Amino acid sequence: MKPTTPLLKVDNLSIELPAGFDRKYAVENLSYTLEAGEILCVVGESGSGKSMTANAIMGLLPSYLKPSSGRILLNGRDLLVMSEQELARERGRTVSMIFQEPLSALNPLMTVGEQIAEVMLVHGEGDARSRDERVLELLDYVGLPDPASLRHSYPFRLSGGQRQRVMIAMALALEPAMLIADEPTTALDVTTQAQILELIRRIQRAKGMGVLFITHDFGVVADIADKVVVMEKGLIVEQGTADDVLNRPQHPYTRRLIAAVPHPDESATRAEAAGEPLLEVRNLQKTYRSGGGLFTRPRIVKAVDDVSFTLRRGETLGVVGESGSGKSTLGRCILKLTDVDGGEIRYRGKDLVPLSQAAFRPMRRHLQMVFQDPFASLNPRHTIGRILTDGPVANGVPMDEAQKKARDLLALVGLDPSAYDRYPHEFSGGQRQRVGIARALALDPELLVADESVSALDVSVQAQVLDLMQDLQKKLDIAVIFITHDLRVAAEVCDKIAVMYRGAIVEAGPPAEVFNAPRHAYTQKLIAAIPGRHWNPRAAVA
Amino acid sequence: MKTLEFLIQRLAKAAFVVLGVVILNFLLIQLAPGDPAAVLAGEAGAGDEQFIAQLRAQFGLDQPLYVQLLSYLQNVLSGDLGYSYRNQVPVADLIMERLPATLLLTGSAFLFSLVLGIVLGVLAAYKRGSLGDSLIMTGALIFYATPLFWVALMAVLVFSIHLDWLPPFDMESIGAGYTGWARVMDIAHHLVLPTVTLGLFFTAVYTRLTRASMLEVMNLDFVKTARAKGVPKGRIIRRHVLRNAILPVFTFASVQAGQLVGGAVLTETVFAWPGIGRLMFDALMQRDYPVLLGVFLVTAAVVVLVNLVADLLYRFVDPRIETAG
Repeated sequence: MKPTTPLLKVDNLSIELPAGFDRKYAVENLSYTLEAGEILCVVGESGSGKSMTANAIMGLLPSYLKPSSGRILLNGRDLLVMSEQELARERGRTVSMIFQEPLSALNPLMTVGEQIAEVMLVHGEGDARSRDERVLELLDYVGLPDPASLRHSYPFRLSGGQRQRVMIAMALALEPAMLIADEPTTALDVTTQAQILELIRRIQRAKGMGVLFITHDFGVVADIADKVVVMEKGLIVEQGTADDVLNRPQHPYTRRLIAAVPHPDESATRAEAAGEPLLEVRNLQKTYRSGGGLFTRPRIVKAVDDVSFTLRRGETLGVVGESGSGKSTLGRCILKLTDVDGGEIRYRGKDLVPLSQAAFRPMRRHLQMVFQDPFASLNPRHTIGRILTDGPVANGVPMDEAQKKARDLLALVGLDPSAYDRYPHEFSGGQRQRVGIARALALDPELLVADESVSALDVSVQAQVLDLMQDLQKKLDIAVIFITHDLRVAAEVCDKIAVMYRGAIVEAGPPAEVFNAPRHAYTQKLIAAIPGRHWNPRAAVA
Repeated sequence: MKTLEFLIQRLAKAAFVVLGVVILNFLLIQLAPGDPAAVLAGEAGAGDEQFIAQLRAQFGLDQPLYVQLLSYLQNVLSGDLGYSYRNQVPVADLIMERLPATLLLTGSAFLFSLVLGIVLGVLAAYKRGSLGDSLIMTGALIFYATPLFWVALMAVLVFSIHLDWLPPFDMESIGAGYTGWARVMDIAHHLVLPTVTLGLFFTAVYTRLTRASMLEVMNLDFVKTARAKGVPKGRIIRRHVLRNAILPVFTFASVQAGQLVGGAVLTETVFAWPGIGRLMFDALMQRDYPVLLGVFLVTAAVVVLVNLVADLLYRFVDPRIETAG
């Protein structure tokens, strides 16, 4: 075999950060190659610089970031010395890119068909008629239903998965030699993610494309990668074939990341929680109505449909489902953050549903919530101390006692005592989530509802927060309702799992049972869709 | 179907709003100090009680308030806006006579500010941080902050009196007797100063709005997508950024459009423009309440109508908006 120029060769690339950042380079001395017909995964946590090369290849770096040394060779030609016009010719024709957020990556005011046709239009391919035909062909190719009418739709009419398919169709329009996928499935449900990954793999094989796939999820890597590059703080710490990196990781950072990948521990059995039920939910109903006018019917969505379960002290119930399954609404109903249409929520035998907000208020302190977004759920203008003492003080605890308690809580969730006088923006996502947990615990609750509380966090941070929550639960003997879209996480931390689908619980049981012998077709589909199912991260770092 | 349902609902609501405005205006005017009969009598030179009482009876001013309101409502509903005490002609005729002049002025000011504002805003956003951007934004700030009447007076001083380029007042040259194109050109010549004066404030608003909105949209993901597709910069600005950035401008433009009739009082007064605004001003001075009420009614109706049209147009500007109640 004669030596050929690789499709993409990143050679000693460094991108300098402006002064004032915590490190000098966004990425430093990066070198890797991508051959045609290969999927290269770049893995790393947020801030590792993993998206930086992708943006550099496309010339999409923000203006304050300039590659300071190195080359990016695409088919042997250096992209970094090309003029803007030359680059624009390559973009979309030789290299295409798909992005993380399918919700915002499409122009909301252009129809899907127009946006796909635009790629061909700006590259001067074909005439209006041939472009139209190609649009239909592409929409069909990426598996979208009814291309003839779908191409006239605006993006807001499509689901997240459908939009990502549109993005892929757009990227494929000119049959590029290389596709860059920047976390293309992170914002999607697990079943949609599996479909999109399958689609990307199918296309890659059929067209012999080189794919640069950026992700933080080792499960996804295990599913699709041929080669893997692991990045930490702007540096490549390890690279090699997927088999080597996944099953025989060498660098401590890679090993740490892989050890943090949530994986159901099959050997562990949990002690059955006994005692009085703390919370009994019976036939809970919640319906949303929208629209409806003189001549039109309102749209009715059953968000929570006849849901029943029992929860004891010290027990964790995992509520698993995809977006729109009603799992978050269920959490909000239990905390009386939203009205209920029927059923009972018995807390220590007392039904919460008929209580007025005023009558419920004294009980609120027993039922607390940890929110999903650690950035939005803390008041940016309050110090951590104020955030932690507000609740107890409102519930009649004397100020000095509340302050002492707040300091104890900071120690309990593993934060420095100095955090007390600081503001939320001074903390990382994982630290803020710890503050969120401390805030919930400040009222000595008996029940904690954690709504996607670790979903926004990097895996290693996620593992720490999960450990913390389990630890605290043991210490404080509280009941937890753990709402998540990630079956792996649920299986790791929960005593019982309830799978929600279209508002109803379709299957419930201990994690091992749900995981190994799923009875409902939807659960089976969910489990089949988990990325990296055939790879055991525990064995890799054992 | 949905559009039709929306239209019917909104028209019904609009009718009630206008009716409410009519009643409110009528009652508010009663609160104003001054008695039209006294003013009329005073101007006629006869101030004795008997004459005033006779005037009152003639115009129905001696009736109890609710009777006056009911008869006024009855007249309005049957299309009769009343009779001007002063000018001795029906109010509707007066308004119809003045309306074209006002619409010409406010319409040109509307177009002037919209086009210029958007162009300047796009330029400023496109060349962000450049000297051009600074100049445009400084200009916008100045005209945003300067009172309208001062701009008007200074414009007359500079362009009419010192430079003698443009006529300082009125709508056409009196006694020139132009016809056809010559008349059109004459009116256009007279239109320049009032249009610019009236439009500058909104030009500044649109410039700032367009620029801010453009800069915001430029940071959105789909603009990155467009760049990744290889779309040239000019096309990105036109098709992707401006198209999305225009939405807030459209919202504000509908506010300005609502002032098409009632928003030019000051400008019309300064430039002696024979429009509704000046009619209203004169009527106020002369306690000519039927005229005042008529002008209020037309103004309110136009605001309500423009809002309705704007809401309907929104559907086409932004397909995400469903015209629901």
